[in-house]
Amino acid sequence: MVSRIVDKVWTGVFYVVAAFVVGLLVLFFAAILSKGWGFWQPDFLFGKPSNTQAGGGVGPQLINSLYMLVITLLISVPLGLGAGIYLAEYAKQGRMLNFIRLCIETMASLPSIVVGLFGLLAFVTLTGWGYTLIGGALAITILNLPGLTRICENAILDVPANIKEGSLALGATRWQTLVRVILPAALPQIMTGVILAAGRIFGEAAALIYTAGLTTPLLNFAADLSSPAHPLNIFRPAETLTVHIWKLNSEGIVPDAKIIAAKSAAILVIMVLLFNVAARFASVALQRYFAGNRRTTKKKMSDAA
Amino acid sequence: MKGKGQLNYWKSEYIGRALVTFCGLLIVITTLSIIVFICGKGIQSFTESGISLKEMLFSTEWKPSDSDPKYGAVIFIVGSTLVSIGAVLLSTPIALALAIFINFISPKFGSAVLKPVLELLVGIPSVVYGWLGVTILIPLLRESFGGVGFSLLAGIIVLSVMILPTITSIASDALSGVPFSYLEASYGLGSTRWQAISRVIVPAAKTGIFTGIVLGLARAFGEALAVQMVIGNAVKLPSGLYSPTATLTGILTMDMANTINGTAWNNALWTLAMILLFISFLFIFLIRMIGRKGER
Repeated sequence: MVSRIVDKVWTGVFYVVAAFVVGLLVLFFAAILSKGWGFWQPDFLFGKPSNTQAGGGVGPQLINSLYMLVITLLISVPLGLGAGIYLAEYAKQGRMLNFIRLCIETMASLPSIVVGLFGLLAFVTLTGWGYTLIGGALAITILNLPGLTRICENAILDVPANIKEGSLALGATRWQTLVRVILPAALPQIMTGVILAAGRIFGEAAALIYTAGLTTPLLNFAADLSSPAHPLNIFRPAETLTVHIWKLNSEGIVPDAKIIAAKSAAILVIMVLLFNVAARFASVALQRYFAGNRRTTKKKMSDAA
Repeated sequence: MKGKGQLNYWKSEYIGRALVTFCGLLIVITTLSIIVFICGKGIQSFTESGISLKEMLFSTEWKPSDSDPKYGAVIFIVGSTLVSIGAVLLSTPIALALAIFINFISPKFGSAVLKPVLELLVGIPSVVYGWLGVTILIPLLRESFGGVGFSLLAGIIVLSVMILPTITSIASDALSGVPFSYLEASYGLGSTRWQAISRVIVPAAKTGIFTGIVLGLARAFGEALAVQMVIGNAVKLPSGLYSPTATLTGILTMDMANTINGTAWNNALWTLAMILLFISFLFIFLIRMIGRKGER
């Protein structure tokens, strides 16, 4: 009988722990949103920051974060996809493959500050660019490449072998099969992974402090593209929203530093939430699109019957 | 006609293949160049600035700006180690309980609520965790224990939340990999659910659980900003749980920009980065060892 009671008690403990963790997340969101309430005001979202007076916005930082995300995805997705294809389709078992896997594992476990420091050596000092947006984007690419490679490789390996064999049997070459048959079938899974990776890219900060810098020039769309003032120039310093929060906390002298940090944090978690929802939505929608309508009609028919 | 077809075949087949092979090799090249760059810079404090390896690894004095500068990394290594081990100790029981809950107690609630919750916890940026620590945890600690609040304990608590999803997801995979027949056999012998979980399932999944713990430890060790924001950054060994200290990652984020390239101080910081790199290799080695042991 004792063992029954012990069992009941432990079941209770598990429920308590599960509820505790859910409660923790709710608490986080409540705290962030209540302290950063009003983060949607246009003055804050698009306003210029002020170093000395209260009431500044985070416009440039937000633009930098979004632009950094786009540039990073443009670099890292093709590379990750390529490496994933190589590992899934072309790499032969053996020493070389083991070594590549070891490298991926090493890269995945690098602390982000170490990657940032490597970026400082390679993309800031060696190239002579100074602190630039592209340097930051390359540093986060290094951080995300192992994850993206793994996502793409798994997505390709998950495509049923008979689809591939069917395509090859019809006379398609290996590359044609890959591009026209396997990749479309693997796309939903890849998309989900990429969107989740985008969330992580958006939230990265440690690797950016020494690569993209802690400042942003005064942005002006009218400026020449080659001038650091043009927002789309990738060779300009670009402090992102995450770095901004860190800077406000460690050396912020603005009177409303706390409020700006809270509102920025609110923007970040809302973005994370959006990325998560988008990932779910994209995976369902793409799955449905590529699976064709037949399956759903069949299901409807059986439901009706 | 035949020639053109051949050309197209060549194009699509070999160019594509060359491109993806290049992507694969790029990973190798990047990894190797990270190691070469960081080590090349980190070694300079021994070769150029004349700091002894013994001082770096065993001295507890870090006074780079003194007239008689001292470069001992022990404080940072100990600080990083204590904060990560503390975080793992705090996080592992909770993570394990969650993993068990997801797999055996209520898979429905687990996949509908807990998994999305964990995904969101992973997604929250580390500066936001640091910010939460500064705005919620630190005042709470200050009210309950007095003092400044910025402490080893604050670092441990913040990190334990950050590594919770890592340990949980790997432990959960390990638990779901245990054959169902084990559970059935255990039930068949008359055990309760708790007895089956604690004496059959968890021991059977221990390799995977250990891997999760080491990965959590690695993540905690490498985390920079969140810890730096709450640990107090006092360059001294902690006298207790509620005492401020500093970590390897913390000192790197703060001081690298304040020092001039080529000075002994700057070189010593690069050596700290190299130590951090070696420690992350150590974790990979550990994970491989655990994996190999599990196979046997």
